[in-house]
Amino acid sequence: MVAFTLNGEARTLDADPEMPLLWAIRDVIGLTGTKFGCGMAQCGACTVHIDGTPTRSCQTAIGDVEGMSVTTIEGLSGKVGETVQTVWAELDVPQCGYCQSGQIMSAAALLVETPKPTDEDIDSAMSGNLCRCATYQRIRAAIHEAAHRLEA
Amino acid sequence: MLPHRIELATARPSRRQFLIGTVATASLVIGYRLIAADPAMAEDAAKPPANPFQAYVEISPDNRIVIHSSQFEMGQGSYFGIATLVMEELDGDWAQVDVVGASGNAALYGNLAWGGVAQGTGGSTSMTSSWQRYRQAGAAARAMLVAAAAKQWNVPAGEISVASGVLSHPSGTKATFGELATAAAGMQVPSELPLKQKAEWTQIGADGLKRYDSAGKTNGTEAYTIDLKMDGLLTAVMIHPPKFGATVKSFDAAKAKAFDGIVDVVQTPRGVAVVGNNMWTALKGRDLVIVEWDEAKAEQRGSAEILDQYRKLAAEPAKANARNDGDAVTALSSAASTVEGSYEFPYLAHASLEPLNAIARIGDDGTVEVWGGHQMPDLYQAVAAQVAGVTPDKVKLHVMKTGGSFGRRAVADADLIVEAVATAKALGPGKPVKIQWTRENDMRGGRYRPAYVHAIKAGLDKDGKLVALHDHIVGQSILGGSPFAAMIQNGVDATSVEGASNLPYAIPNVKIDLTTTDVNIPVLWWRSVGSTHTAYVIETFVDELAVAAKRDPVEFRLSMLEKHPRHAAVLRLAAEKAGWDKPLAEGRFRGVALHESFSTFVAEVVEITFKSASDFSVDRVVCAVDCGIAINPDQIRAQMEGGIGFGLGAILQEELTLTGGVVDQENYDTYTPLRIDQMPKVEVHIVASDEPPTGVGEPGVPPIGPAVANALRAATGKTIRSLPISKGLSA
Repeated sequence: MVAFTLNGEARTLDADPEMPLLWAIRDVIGLTGTKFGCGMAQCGACTVHIDGTPTRSCQTAIGDVEGMSVTTIEGLSGKVGETVQTVWAELDVPQCGYCQSGQIMSAAALLVETPKPTDEDIDSAMSGNLCRCATYQRIRAAIHEAAHRLEA
Repeated sequence: MLPHRIELATARPSRRQFLIGTVATASLVIGYRLIAADPAMAEDAAKPPANPFQAYVEISPDNRIVIHSSQFEMGQGSYFGIATLVMEELDGDWAQVDVVGASGNAALYGNLAWGGVAQGTGGSTSMTSSWQRYRQAGAAARAMLVAAAAKQWNVPAGEISVASGVLSHPSGTKATFGELATAAAGMQVPSELPLKQKAEWTQIGADGLKRYDSAGKTNGTEAYTIDLKMDGLLTAVMIHPPKFGATVKSFDAAKAKAFDGIVDVVQTPRGVAVVGNNMWTALKGRDLVIVEWDEAKAEQRGSAEILDQYRKLAAEPAKANARNDGDAVTALSSAASTVEGSYEFPYLAHASLEPLNAIARIGDDGTVEVWGGHQMPDLYQAVAAQVAGVTPDKVKLHVMKTGGSFGRRAVADADLIVEAVATAKALGPGKPVKIQWTRENDMRGGRYRPAYVHAIKAGLDKDGKLVALHDHIVGQSILGGSPFAAMIQNGVDATSVEGASNLPYAIPNVKIDLTTTDVNIPVLWWRSVGSTHTAYVIETFVDELAVAAKRDPVEFRLSMLEKHPRHAAVLRLAAEKAGWDKPLAEGRFRGVALHESFSTFVAEVVEITFKSASDFSVDRVVCAVDCGIAINPDQIRAQMEGGIGFGLGAILQEELTLTGGVVDQENYDTYTPLRIDQMPKVEVHIVASDEPPTGVGEPGVPPIGPAVANALRAATGKTIRSLPISKGLSA
């Protein structure tokens, strides 16, 4: 049995503690906003926040999140998260959209840590998130715009 | 990504007539069919649509507008483009709109850029195919809503206005689309449908118009095939042959079947499917299956051996000729100076973020449903029927939006559909199953951009004028061995030579030769197809010739484009916006390239900062594009930006290799698409045009590679002829 908090709600899972958090979230709990892309922490599509830190859920065993607080794209809330999501849609960042949950989770964590990021800060924080549609230019623009709005 | 030149072979003159379909619900359904010149088709078209799901625009009593798209959405914005065309004529409210994938009726959904013969998405044809069809559908729906209101309110139709999904009469009477939907469905379909003139457009060309589907892609609610939920859905992972062409000899699934949560282990025509209650269980079970392979017919060669063979073939006489103007061989022998080179291109993977998948369910009555990224629905329906052992009318495809494709979801052997339907069939009725490839399955699953070698030679006269060019292309055919093989004419697969065989420059002697190779590595169209390699060769070579002739690369090209004003215009625009004539800072270099693909014209000027072969960056790209009428300007920019990033990753560092017939790369650690820290600043300039709209999904890709290579030559004096650049620059 593994007990943790998911999007603010206490959860107890009776599952193999080795099961990656990604598959527990998707297949056992049924929240599908967190995506599978590579299974080896190379693409970032599965990024969630664990106690606020952006983490690749495909390489995190559920046994390791015992007692921790996990946030997925569905549970992203607060001023930073909501601003990022709003700006993302306003700038039409997504193309296929498949990687964007992970991009947004990484971006929101960046803006909490670094409220006024430079291009270099963005490149460094976001380089673990692949976008095969290469929407990177708009990702950068959206993060800057979100930072600007959050500052206001 | 499908060959765009099908239209030449199959286009038929046609006039269009609107017919109305009937549906079980009280929805208004508009469909129209082609009435072809040929009597057989005309007779067919006189019949009502074959099933009630056939429609373009569905307006339901709850006031939703659901547009049924013939074109597949893989990120390129086809759904948004089609919705824009409908909304322009319908005058609905975007808040009402959703778009779903249609399938199952070539007469309704056949790609009109291909003569309407089959439904499919590729060759950047979605807007070409949809331009008339979906505007007319919107106009017909609007006219029938107006007619219904006129009848109910007992007023002349001409007094009714429509705006934002509401019909109103000067007397103050109003009604929503939804309130009139049932009545409108019973109205006669108008025979005359004048479309709005350009001056009246409010949606087409509106720069502020945003995609209707971005919210769902930013809050996790957009559902892809991998996300679908249905009662009793099982998940299967595949064990594929380690080498292409190998088959299952035998397998031992005893341990896997004993594993808790494993439902079955099934042999399919393409490998072994391990079926479990969820993904993690299926993966654990897969580790327990032992498969013995029959490799008698397997490809055993590595990519290095294959390229060795191609180099030899390139030096021998070609097997086929795609273009022969003048006498290039003689002209080369008498040219004042010549330049020659041999280019090499690796296999490339599509590597879309959503690993390939499909869901199949067999009903108790034998019907088959398949959910997936059906980029070629009519073909997939036929394949699904064959695998299930039913007639095609028993198969219903659900066309899902997908996490990328770049051509990979349009595959003639319908790989995922075969695996899903075969597994569902083995499991029996009422047991839906999702085949979910892992990244490793996807990377090693074949269907790559083919490897190519080009041997090219060109000659200048004493005045520095390009007088002859001879290119010999060596590589696999994409169409060969597929249902499209009949399109290969005189030994030339157009997808191998496109971009070279139609090069626009006025050169009196041009010879484009092709030798098609026999290699058992499955290949496929990859975003911009032949132009992925031909544009690189032609545009780096022409640029090198400009330098040899001591002429400016932009001026040199323009001097040969008198008969191609659209090419010349984008080149001039990109050069002007990039400040081509202005000096650069120390360490910065420029390069330019120009290419037409799928009837869209793109020029790109890049700026790089160069320190050394291992330390350079692509900083800025100025792109000019002419795609005819710009339907969604911001999406055109998005596709150019994305196409540039996609192409840049490939040209810099993507390479799929094989050793002893086994693919070396398995995941994104060794197959490396572009990441954000490599993304240049891109600015896109759209040429104002009244020409019919063409596509933008692919044409941004071809120029970026040669433009970067030309900038690198400006820095180093050396043309990179072996890709990726990460390899070629150090060689």
